[in-house]
Amino acid sequence: MSDATTMVRRNFRHTLRNPGAMIMTIALPVVLLLLFVGVFGGALTAGLGTATQGRGYIDYLVAGILLMTVGYGATTTAMAVNRDMTAGIIARFRTMAISRASVLTGHVVGSTVRTLVSAVLVVAVALLLGFRPGGDPLRWLGAFGILALLTLALTWLGVAVGLAAKTAEGTAPFTFAVQLLPFLSSAFVSPDAMSGAVRWFAAHEPFTPIIDALRGLLLGTPVAGYGLVAVGWCVGLALAGYFWARALFRRDPR
Amino acid sequence: MDSVAPAIAVTGLRKSFGDHVVLDGFDLDVPAGTTFALLGPNGAGKTTAVRILSTLIRPDGGQARIAGHDLAAEPDAVRAAIGVTGQFSAVDDLLTGEENLVLMADLHHLDRAEGRRRVAELLGRFDLTDASAKLASTYSGGMRRRLDLAMTLVGDPRVIFLDEPTTGLDPRSRRTMWQIIRELVAGGVTIFLTTQYLEEADELADRIAVLDHGEIVAAGTAKELKRSVPGGHVRLRFRDVADLDVAARAFGEGRRDDETVTLQVPGDGGVRALRAVLDRLEGAGIDPEELSVHTPDLDDVFFALTGHITAKETAR
Repeated sequence: MSDATTMVRRNFRHTLRNPGAMIMTIALPVVLLLLFVGVFGGALTAGLGTATQGRGYIDYLVAGILLMTVGYGATTTAMAVNRDMTAGIIARFRTMAISRASVLTGHVVGSTVRTLVSAVLVVAVALLLGFRPGGDPLRWLGAFGILALLTLALTWLGVAVGLAAKTAEGTAPFTFAVQLLPFLSSAFVSPDAMSGAVRWFAAHEPFTPIIDALRGLLLGTPVAGYGLVAVGWCVGLALAGYFWARALFRRDPR
Repeated sequence: MDSVAPAIAVTGLRKSFGDHVVLDGFDLDVPAGTTFALLGPNGAGKTTAVRILSTLIRPDGGQARIAGHDLAAEPDAVRAAIGVTGQFSAVDDLLTGEENLVLMADLHHLDRAEGRRRVAELLGRFDLTDASAKLASTYSGGMRRRLDLAMTLVGDPRVIFLDEPTTGLDPRSRRTMWQIIRELVAGGVTIFLTTQYLEEADELADRIAVLDHGEIVAAGTAKELKRSVPGGHVRLRFRDVADLDVAARAFGEGRRDDETVTLQVPGDGGVRALRAVLDRLEGAGIDPEELSVHTPDLDDVFFALTGHITAKETAR
């Protein structure tokens, strides 16, 4: 346990030392939020029709931006794990009598905390911009829970991708996926407004139920069946990421 | 008796990557408190040997005991006893030199006071005190290598693996590294180092094994290895070919080279052999322009054993 604590401390130091990671996980989602509210907000509200349920576009948008925040965080983790692998520091750790997985635990805990901090920051900026959550504290707690679970899931996937990639460029497909998939979901516009195949895809990909559940919990609107589907996807992705990462880490290094 | 039990004992180690056999029945013993050099060209299997013996990868076959612990059965006991400094420095670029060492102290569970004392001592000993607050990414090659080794020493390992510790370093940094390694041995540590530099093995190692295509083709002290190959001779250079003719007749043996006007007479370079050469020159009534004694070096050894040469040093 103390080895994992040491590795978490190392990870926090890295975050402070690496301004790029800070910008990626904290500033970028805020910029995206400003961009969508300020530039596209007006036009998109008109397009959303009844999906906004008489609220402002920002109320619709926050759940999607939170998901983007988690995605950026996981991307940063994938690159950090990959750097540790290729720079040889993980090889050093492996020849030491320490808890084997502690270095991965350090990444996961560090990244989760970093992501949740930026999520809080995103919500704070959104509040300043006029975001008005509905519901009650219990529902907000539920929203936080889903967000934390999603963060854990994408972070473990990020760790596995970082271990699997031979170079930093090798993590690009993952980056691409977590940044593109939100656009093909209910994050920015309702899938009902999309065309044919895209609509089908958006309705069935994992990010849509997760965002819908998050949005429902934040705004106090009915969550319906989304909640369970969202939790199911998060747990499934988390387990897949965890076991994939574990198998890669147990393998003899190249 | 710790000094009698070998620090490293290896029998029949084998490793292949796909069809490529990297280590083919690798045996060796390294007595505790000595320095062992594994010498070979690039691709001979040196790094693979270090990666296996330091628990990083598993062998396909064979056994090894490090500091009295079985490599396969008790990897964690082996890890607790060893330190590894790889060919490419495994330091954390996003941490300062001091933070790197503190990280190692924390992972070795030293208490704060003990950890700080140890870190300060190592920074001083490796001449890194002034740079301790700078990020490791700003360090020069020599500094990185020193930091890397300092990190290895935080845990007080009894057996240290050094994989090409001076490759890529300038001559001055190399000398510093050699000095550090000698001091470690003086402190009772066992060193297993790999190198492609003959001079380095000669300078540092008590025993040397020559590795070629995954097999140890010769092992012994530098002296034994040199003795095992012919090649000692006295080289005489003359004013002209006429003198060379006279000398060649006088000696009756040796290798003459008309182009350089030289004669190579076999001999071990000892005083007695040298006197015999001088006596014979005097008897023939000729004076060579130049006389030089050539003892076989590890280059000759390597060439004689493997039929090809090692990497030559260029950074002299």
